[in-house]
Amino acid sequence: MNPQLSRRRFIKAVIASSVAAASSSGYHSALAQDRARGAVERLISLNINGQTRRVDVAPQETLAHTLRYKLGLTGTKLGCNRGECGACTVIIDGITNYSCSTLTHSVRTRQVRTVEGLQAADGTLHPLQQAFIDELSPQCGFCTPGQLMSAAALLEENPRPTRDEVRHAMAGNICRCGAYDHYLNGIMRASGQV
Amino acid sequence: MADYKHIGKDFTPPDITGKVTGKAMYAEDFRVDGMVYARMYTSPMAHGRVVSIDTSAAEAMDGVVGILTADDLPAVEVPNAPILTNSPAYVGDPILAVAAETEEIAENAMAAIKVKIDPLPFVTDPLDSLLAGGPDAREEGNIYARSSEGSGFRTVKWTKEQIDEFRAGKEPTGEYVSEWTYGDLEKGFADATVILEQPFVTIGYAHMSMEPRTALSYWRNGTCFVHGSAQSQSFWMPGLARLLEIEIKDLVLISENTGGGFGSKIGAYPIAALPGWFSKKINRPVQLRVTREQEYYLGSARVGFQGWVKMGFAADGKVTAADLFIVEDLGPNATGGDASSAGGAISMVYDPGAMRFRGVPVLTNTTPRGAQRGPGQNQIAAAMAPVMDKAAKELGLDRLEVRKLNAANNATTAYEEQEPVTSAYLKEALDKGAQMFDWEGRQRLPKKNGSKVRGLGIGQGYHSAGTKGFDGLIRITPDGKLHIHTGVGNLGTYSYASTSRAAAEVLKCDWENCEIHHGSSEQHLPWNSYQAGSVTTFTHTRTNYVAAMDALRKMKEIAASTMGGAAEDYDIDGQQVFLTSNSAQGMSYGAIAARAIELGGEYSGQTYPEDINEITVRSVQSLAGSGLVGVAKDNLPQEGVIPGLACAFVEIELDLETGKYEIIDYVGIAECGTVLFPQGLAQQMKGGAVWGMGMASLERHVYDPQNGLPANIGYHQCGIPTYLDVPSVTQSSAVDIADPQNPFGARGIGEPAMGCSVAAMTSAISDALDGHIFGRTPISADMIVNHVSGREQSFLPMQTNNF
Repeated sequence: MNPQLSRRRFIKAVIASSVAAASSSGYHSALAQDRARGAVERLISLNINGQTRRVDVAPQETLAHTLRYKLGLTGTKLGCNRGECGACTVIIDGITNYSCSTLTHSVRTRQVRTVEGLQAADGTLHPLQQAFIDELSPQCGFCTPGQLMSAAALLEENPRPTRDEVRHAMAGNICRCGAYDHYLNGIMRASGQV
Repeated sequence: MADYKHIGKDFTPPDITGKVTGKAMYAEDFRVDGMVYARMYTSPMAHGRVVSIDTSAAEAMDGVVGILTADDLPAVEVPNAPILTNSPAYVGDPILAVAAETEEIAENAMAAIKVKIDPLPFVTDPLDSLLAGGPDAREEGNIYARSSEGSGFRTVKWTKEQIDEFRAGKEPTGEYVSEWTYGDLEKGFADATVILEQPFVTIGYAHMSMEPRTALSYWRNGTCFVHGSAQSQSFWMPGLARLLEIEIKDLVLISENTGGGFGSKIGAYPIAALPGWFSKKINRPVQLRVTREQEYYLGSARVGFQGWVKMGFAADGKVTAADLFIVEDLGPNATGGDASSAGGAISMVYDPGAMRFRGVPVLTNTTPRGAQRGPGQNQIAAAMAPVMDKAAKELGLDRLEVRKLNAANNATTAYEEQEPVTSAYLKEALDKGAQMFDWEGRQRLPKKNGSKVRGLGIGQGYHSAGTKGFDGLIRITPDGKLHIHTGVGNLGTYSYASTSRAAAEVLKCDWENCEIHHGSSEQHLPWNSYQAGSVTTFTHTRTNYVAAMDALRKMKEIAASTMGGAAEDYDIDGQQVFLTSNSAQGMSYGAIAARAIELGGEYSGQTYPEDINEITVRSVQSLAGSGLVGVAKDNLPQEGVIPGLACAFVEIELDLETGKYEIIDYVGIAECGTVLFPQGLAQQMKGGAVWGMGMASLERHVYDPQNGLPANIGYHQCGIPTYLDVPSVTQSSAVDIADPQNPFGARGIGEPAMGCSVAAMTSAISDALDGHIFGRTPISADMIVNHVSGREQSFLPMQTNNF
């Protein structure tokens, strides 16, 4: 769990911006019709995978929604849309976040990285991506982008973690197929320890 | 052990790169121009009748494009699941859908719709319904029995005394609905030295596939396109076409990647057809967005068991007789059948001399049930493991030896019909596992360490693992490439790819020269089986084999007619067809393919066998003239039961003060014939191990009996195993002895991989607690603490879905 983004800070930020938080059961806006049009600037610049993207973003819109439906970056998946499964994990200023529970407006001045940004510009796979292939880490693949982002953030902070450290760092990413062992093998391989 | 080019070797499946780059598309990732978003309104109550629906305010809202209700759709006979309903039978039963330009508008429109529902009596625990005077889940009755002789509703009630004696763990005397038997049961028990009776409860729980079953649909020139979340590919077509009331030829199904199914997406389910109907009504592409909450409701769940088993053991440990009685929790749609399968599993894994099964399928107003990884087999595996341990103890025998004595082998006969097996080597699997795990050595280690105790468990899993009669289709093009068309779905097992290797093996093609076509019916795919029931490996190595053999025959004939001699004079290697007597005289595969196009007829697919399925026919017709076509129906001989078997050994360290335990080590051994794809098999064994660990202690439905509301819907409340719930390292291996009824000796494994795990876990927990049998899954920490401290459990005996 990201220590910078505690639940209390998130709720405070939400209240401060006078916006209804995304409900637990899906994309939801009870107050949409009540707000005067143009009350908040909607056309904003985002830094996604090192590129500047200009996009129209509603105040209560989540980062996952913006990435998937407005920027064509469907690699980030929605498994629950309520901050439980980690399938939507992205990296914001070096720290993993659940993009389903992040308001896009809150990342306007930050660097956001998604699974699409892991590859080098020339298409060379990130060591983690290659290691996941070599170890056959994914099964159905739906949790894989989230697993990759959590693992990438971990290795950037701790390049040679123990297997147990990896297990704990990855605990926010659920895999229903139960591919945990193969994901751990992949991450250990990518860190040069296999 | 045969020396294969591809079989038994690891490879990189073509879809894995997309999975690690984010390019792999799942149903919800697709966008089409003009697409609108649909959201569902689902029932807030467990059982009711919709009295009125007022959509006027919603329809007046800007951006609302349409409303779909049950009245817009064909009627469905109760208790089968409709697409939308006016008679909701569980919390979450879909009543209507709203389509709008954005999801936000759809949600707001939903809030403006007024639905009046009259509540009806509901049931959350089958025993509450069986009790005389208790509520029925459906107005038509509380039992629904499906059988070939005729399916129908019934009302079955037990007296309070009969319910109480069932709760007390005695043999049930209440009315049952189905029965099968073989051998002389009375004699079997008379011959037994030890007889054990054990009541058991296995609580159902949700599949919770990672990908909610969002679907997108649109129509073009009379063809309906569906982007769905499907376990199977071509097998989905007839069912989906039926749901949409169109012909198969007017349907295109795209399902390249599916985020998990585990039995909940085997065939087309009603919701998959909702966007098609909606799109037809409003003339816009419709994407139905299914939320995690709705995936819990609609995404299926394991059938619950409340049962009783009586086992007889001879002095040497051989199982002489088994008597099984199961009350099945079938949910509201009577989708189940697990109970009889559980009996079948006992007949295979423990091979009793005589056996009886009796069952009562009871309806409840909980989430709909369906097949879930080893449906019936894995519940009974969990229940049986501690019983086998207890028998061993009472007979003074080793727990491993008792299992080996009864283990499925080549002489085993199973099921009511006492069919033989194609082959079975469970004893060899147990030996291998015991060695890898150091079963002998671990037993000598100290058991207690302060408040912690060690437990060692052995588990065995089984599921039938193959079927027959499906089609294979391959093609060689003039560039020399082998195209393998597979109608196998992609739910994450890679079996669509591993079974395709069979064709490359027969034709000795380099894997780099092979291309697999899958994931969309527009890829011209053959009629293949469902991806469930562990069938794919056996079934589709066979279909790819027969298609490749058909191509091989044709290639030799073409070579002979082009270069002289007879077909028998030719052989293949290095992607060439050459004279055995003079290997310099030959034709490349590409040249053969070009010649096939010139010759036409069966060589290029202009004509084809009469016995292939209509789906395969259309695919061949589309491919005709593009190369050398190999197409055939799998008519290879097959008789008897094709078993998938597995065993597992586990060590846990259980803290008597907290009731929590850590899994120290796990070894799983697959007995699935020849290993097709070692890494893929390891994934199944390890993924299955995790599923078993979840079922053993973490996952179950909890329903509030007062209001019929589900208490746990999200991932964490549902107890899905996380990284920290499972051991850091899981080991697996395989027996790897070829089965005689498959050209490569391969059988399937997906479900036994879980059964052995949950069984090993219940065995280990029992061992840690000096042989105490809870007779219940999941075994949660509070149950262990209550037992250790001598307190009563928080649930009534045999109670389910609540506590």
